[in-house]
Amino acid sequence: MGLHRKVLIGNFAVAEAVKLARVDVVAAYPITPQTLIVERIADMVERGELKAKYIRVESEHSALAAVYGAALGGARVFTATSSHGLLYMYEVVWWAAYSKAPIVMGLVTRVIGPPWNIHSDHHDILSVRDSGWIVAMAENVQEAFDLTIQAFRIAEDKRVLQPMMVGLDAFTLSHTAEPLDVPDQSDVDAFLPPREPLPFVMDPAKPFAMGNLGPDEWTMELRWTVWRSLERAKHVIKEVDREYAKKVNGREYGGLVERYRLDDAKYVAITWGAWSGDAKEAVDKLRDEGVPIGLLRIRFARPFPREELLEVASGAKAIVVVDRAVSMGLDGVFSTEVRSVLSGRVPVKSVVAGIGGVDTSYRDFVNIFKRFVDEYEKGETQEWIVPEWYMPWFKG
Amino acid sequence: MWFRYSASHVRDPLKEAEEDLELFRKRMLSPPMEGAAGPTGTWRIMKPVIHEDKCVKCGMCWLYCPENVVSWEPGRVPSIDMTYCKGCGVCASVCPRKAIEMVVEEV
Repeated sequence: MGLHRKVLIGNFAVAEAVKLARVDVVAAYPITPQTLIVERIADMVERGELKAKYIRVESEHSALAAVYGAALGGARVFTATSSHGLLYMYEVVWWAAYSKAPIVMGLVTRVIGPPWNIHSDHHDILSVRDSGWIVAMAENVQEAFDLTIQAFRIAEDKRVLQPMMVGLDAFTLSHTAEPLDVPDQSDVDAFLPPREPLPFVMDPAKPFAMGNLGPDEWTMELRWTVWRSLERAKHVIKEVDREYAKKVNGREYGGLVERYRLDDAKYVAITWGAWSGDAKEAVDKLRDEGVPIGLLRIRFARPFPREELLEVASGAKAIVVVDRAVSMGLDGVFSTEVRSVLSGRVPVKSVVAGIGGVDTSYRDFVNIFKRFVDEYEKGETQEWIVPEWYMPWFKG
Repeated sequence: MWFRYSASHVRDPLKEAEEDLELFRKRMLSPPMEGAAGPTGTWRIMKPVIHEDKCVKCGMCWLYCPENVVSWEPGRVPSIDMTYCKGCGVCASVCPRKAIEMVVEEV
């Protein structure tokens, strides 16, 4: 196993991973804060470092449509976008998932306007959660890199065959340089062989129609196959995580979730994305003060870590979910999901923070966690069903 | 009838995947065939009628028909397969001699 230490921003790390994955076709349309990913890939193709077809298109809808077509032709494909770009792709997002097209997309999470805002919250990436995409998010640059390589293995696995999105927070990861261990091409090749062209290959020599009009029952049966693929993907994700550690860079992340100081935890905090690093620091601070709290970091929103959550919750007195995305009219997005899985087994507090990319530091997490523990210990949990918006600067 | 499947129901992932892929291909892919979407002529509310006296046998209707239901050879008056003609009227619209008339379909 050979690793080379580099210092790269998250966007360049993703581009490096795409190169090592030996993709065949890339199509993308620029949008801040994602642009540097595809700009760097274009450079690689231009310099001949990556033997891929780079298709320039006039919009994100076309970008995803182009890689979708290439994927149905049997190619290994990649695209990347952010925010409004993803929303413009939205029609093809669903087509791709329902066609079992193993596309890999880099998604630099960015606020959806108005007002115009290029910072990170998680509404864009979570807008695809019901579509059949596998949706993961990194905590740091190394993980964004590792997840991108792993994404090809997961998406293209015969047991899965669904597209996968790798999320990284705008600027916090996309434009922040961090030390990165880059593996040898030969190690990546051993881990990620060329794609097996499944579930079918579009070939002009043997024409057929795909997704033709049919009885409604056929549509439901097709959705059932996607459902089953997402459930099987849970096993594949864990297997790929272990194998990547063994063959490529020694890092095992824990599968669908990362468990941080949870072994004897009575209080559990749940987050996802880059700010989980700040949340971990806050957990350390509370631990130093004798509070038995731990963090469950969600790595995969889809498939959702139902089984892991049930196991962690079985030893917990109370849970706090800190969300960077809101389902308007209901709750924080992950709060709804956690409450849904737990069905009232454990009291869950929902906190909405960092919307619009508002900077949320470890001190903010300390505030949030302390108030949560305090409310639980005083028995003040009656209103937990309603999310609490954390806006320390706002006077109302 | 009633189906439930989660990560903990998976017994033989490869076999289960192959069953899914077989069903997926069966429901998703269809070879080119006549009437793949059924007798679409039943959708029609207007039907094209060719007036042979006006027809100059140019083949424009054959070229433009989006459903490929017009048969034509050079020098012959075209004919239309009414089992699949949806009555869209493109043939009537492109005919340079107005030799195709759209008339209300009678049931």
